[in-house]
Amino acid sequence: MRIELTDEQIKKKDEFKEFVDTSIIPYAKDNDEEENMNPEMLKKVIESKYLGAPLPKEYGGLDWDQITIGLLNEQFGRGCSSAKGLLTVHGMCSLAILKWGSEEQRNLWLPKMAKGEAIGAFALTEPNIGSDAKSVETVASQVDGHYVINGHKKWITMGQIADIIIVFAKLEGKPTAFLVEKGTPGFSVKPMKKLLGSRAAMIAELTFQDCKIPIENIIGFPGGGITHVALSCLDYGRYTVAWGCVGLAEACLTDSLKYARRRKQFDAPLRKNQLIQKMITEMTVDVEAARQLCYKCGYLKDVGDPDSIVDTWIAKYYAAKMVNRVANNAVQIFGGNGCYNEYPIERYLRDARINEIIEGTTQMHEVLIATNSFVRYS
Amino acid sequence: MKEVKGNVKKFLSRFYRQREIEDHEDIFALGFVNSLFAMQLVMFIEKEFNIKIDNKDLNFENFRTIDSIVAFVDARST
Repeated sequence: MRIELTDEQIKKKDEFKEFVDTSIIPYAKDNDEEENMNPEMLKKVIESKYLGAPLPKEYGGLDWDQITIGLLNEQFGRGCSSAKGLLTVHGMCSLAILKWGSEEQRNLWLPKMAKGEAIGAFALTEPNIGSDAKSVETVASQVDGHYVINGHKKWITMGQIADIIIVFAKLEGKPTAFLVEKGTPGFSVKPMKKLLGSRAAMIAELTFQDCKIPIENIIGFPGGGITHVALSCLDYGRYTVAWGCVGLAEACLTDSLKYARRRKQFDAPLRKNQLIQKMITEMTVDVEAARQLCYKCGYLKDVGDPDSIVDTWIAKYYAAKMVNRVANNAVQIFGGNGCYNEYPIERYLRDARINEIIEGTTQMHEVLIATNSFVRYS
Repeated sequence: MKEVKGNVKKFLSRFYRQREIEDHEDIFALGFVNSLFAMQLVMFIEKEFNIKIDNKDLNFENFRTIDSIVAFVDARST
């Protein structure tokens, strides 16, 4: 196992850093305050072609290795959690089509998604259904050569702007995945505002009322919605969330370092204070430990190792908890300034919190990891 | 063929430790199979034997016994 980046990965990391510094961070504060993804920023993301990072070249994608995809998500996470959310859900939707879609679906959607001409979203969660995904209440029925979908989805990242959405509904009692296109009659979108964090992730509530879709729009097979489609999509989602946490934690750390150098109390910079040094040490070790778990996941994914799925749970679990500890320390170092939106620290803390809920809560990860440990380490 | 069978058995032994699984035994009936195992089995076969498993291959019968997995790998490798 290599524990150093290749020259190409180092080059890409620098490129991503430059892109995020110039094209993401300048918009992040306004994105959060206006609860809207700035269209200029979105245009830059689309022009960067990064939305096609996980897709094969035959569909116009970049076909990047998993470590490079991780580095991209790390940098986006450093700059703006909402922009990172776009990479996650767009990737989940496009990979569902790539892995489980028909040839026609792949040819229709993937070139558009690679170019960012079509934005994707992933609609699993509902008002009454979160972790217990197999119990989705949205239903699909086959009527006159179509599927008709009825139900509600909630907390759908990019739901406000998505052109194509993977929707999970029960077909004859079995959870199944379907593709629903924006503008389909019977499908409506209601923006969700005043969220704790990731406020510019264009989160929406989706309603399907006798929403008729073509019979070809099934993804995978009846009953394979959760066990096959969602599981593989969530694996990618968790991987990118973990990397996003590393990036966000690094933002907390580097901002804290700058502040601790500049801010003076008792006639000395904060960094001279040993209790501040303790917090900086904990933040540094936390970020590095999470990054190493993410590198390991990326490596296992690149070589197709079956353990990569469980290691992705471990990385996501650790990184999501880690970023909350690090963001809390950053607020503590900044003091009053960490509680006011003149600095980005309060936004970091709010954004950090979301990561313990999305793509599987911390508690669901504890159940999964512990259950697996009895197999893995026995 | 023998090597394929040995590798499949070694992989399955990580999940089922009570005893060695017989070649013709229904692994779905042993109680350890879940969606994680299914994903890991597909990844294992793809990586170990360098074959791509498509949607249409995801038929339980291809993976029900060690013999059927070996037959599937053999058919896809030739």
